[in-house]
Amino acid sequence: MVAFAGWEMPVMYSSIIDEHKAVREKVGVFDISHMGQVFVSGKKSGEWLNRILANDIAKLETREAHYTFLLNDQGGVIDDLIVYRLDETDFLLLINAAKISEDADWLAQHLEEGITMDNLSNEWAGLAVQGPDAAQVYTRITEGRTLPSRNHVDDLTQMGHRVIVCRTGYTGEDGFELFCPSSQATYWWNLLMEEEVTACGLGSRDSLRLEMCYPLNGSDLSSSRTPLQAGLGMFVALDKERFIGGDALRKQKEEGISERLMAIQLDERGAPPRPGYTVVDMNGSPLGTLTSGGLSPSLGAGIGLAYLPTDRVKINTPVQIEVRGKHLPAKVVKKPFYRK
Amino acid sequence: MTAPDSCRYTPDHEWVRLEGDIVTVGITDHAQEELSDVVFVELPDLGDVDKASPVGVVESVKAASDIYAPIAGEVVEVNMDLVADPSKVNTEPYEGGWIFKMKIADTSQYDALMDASSYTSVVR
Repeated sequence: MVAFAGWEMPVMYSSIIDEHKAVREKVGVFDISHMGQVFVSGKKSGEWLNRILANDIAKLETREAHYTFLLNDQGGVIDDLIVYRLDETDFLLLINAAKISEDADWLAQHLEEGITMDNLSNEWAGLAVQGPDAAQVYTRITEGRTLPSRNHVDDLTQMGHRVIVCRTGYTGEDGFELFCPSSQATYWWNLLMEEEVTACGLGSRDSLRLEMCYPLNGSDLSSSRTPLQAGLGMFVALDKERFIGGDALRKQKEEGISERLMAIQLDERGAPPRPGYTVVDMNGSPLGTLTSGGLSPSLGAGIGLAYLPTDRVKINTPVQIEVRGKHLPAKVVKKPFYRK
Repeated sequence: MTAPDSCRYTPDHEWVRLEGDIVTVGITDHAQEELSDVVFVELPDLGDVDKASPVGVVESVKAASDIYAPIAGEVVEVNMDLVADPSKVNTEPYEGGWIFKMKIADTSQYDALMDASSYTSVVR
C-alpha cells in the first residue's frame, strides 16, 4: 500500500506484470475512487465550460465524453480530465485526485451566474474495468445491458442509485469506467470479483498507460508545460472561441515548440528507466529528464517519456539514458510504445 | 513467507549462508514478495567491500532496491544466471536466486546476524 493524494492505495494485488497482462489479454478492474467528480449544470453550462476547458464542448453530443484540459493563463496544465455530457446542460468532470481542491477552487473563481457546480468527489466512487473482455462483463453484471459505443455514456439507476458508465479508460484497451455513490461501490466490486475480473493496482495502471503514452499529471504534465509541448494538441480546440490559456497556446504554436514530450525505448533489456533519470545524447551531454519510466511488460523493454529539444532530437534519434553512472543505449520512437 | 533455518538474516532483508569461509547472499522470500516481479539485478563487482556498503541493486517493475554487503569481505563470485533470468530471485530466492558469494575473514560478523526465528519475528 502507498499513500496517494490522501488515499491509501495498493501498488499491486498480486503482481504488476500479471495484472498488466490480465488487462491486455482478458479483463482487469482498478479502483479509481480517488479520482474526483464535479457535476456542472445550468442553462449556459456548456458555453461556460467551453471558456474554461481547452477542447470544444460544442462538439460533444448528449451522452458523449472527451479528454480535455484545464489550463492556466499561460497555457500550462492545471489538470487533464474527461468531461462527460450527461444531458444538454448537465456535465460531469472526472479530475485527478491530487488536483481536486485546486480544480474546484479554479472553477469556483471563474463561476458565473446560473451555473451550479457540485463537487461530489468524496461522495462518489469509481471503478475502471479494462480489457478485451470488458464489454461481455458489462452485459453480465447489468443483466443484459450493452456497453455504449466508444466515449459514450450509459446513465442508469441501480437499486435506487444513479450509476454513470462510460466507455473510456487509461489503458489503451476496450473497457468502461463506472461511477456510483460510494455506498454502492462494494456491490459492483463484488460482482466483478464473481466474474473473475483481475483486481489491479496503481503499478499496472502506470505501466499500461505508459505503454500508450497517456500522460500522468504531476509527472508528464505540469503548470509549466502546455498540451502542445506534451504532443496533445489534438485535444485542444485552437479554432474555437476564447478560452483560458488559448491565446498563449496560439502564440506558442506560431513561435514553434522548442521542447516536446518524446517516447524513448531502451535498445537492450536491462535496468528499467525511472522518472528523474537523465537523457543524454551520444556524446553524453544532457538532453532532458525522464518524467515517466519503467519496464514495459508487453514489450519486455525499458520505456520512458522526456521533454527533449526538437532541434536536436527526432523520431529514431539514438540517445542514452543514464542509470547509476552508466549510459544505456536507447532510441526516440513513435508514440505509442504499444500497438495491438 | 519462508526463512530457512540454514541461513542468517539482516535487517535489510538479505539472507546469508555460511559454508567454510564463504558466505552466499541473496534477498529473502519476504523481500521478493514485497518487490514482486524482479526484472533486473545489477550484480556486485568482484573485490573487497566493507560491511553495509551498497554492492548491487535489485530492480522490480515497482522499484529499485539496493543490496548491501552483510559482512566485510571479498566478493568472489556473482550469479550470472540472473542476467538472463532475474525472476529466479522471485521463484527460488534461497536457491537459484542467490546473488553473490563473499570470502570472509571474521565469522563473528556472521554469528551476529539474526537467526531465522528472530528474522521471522521482525517481518511479522
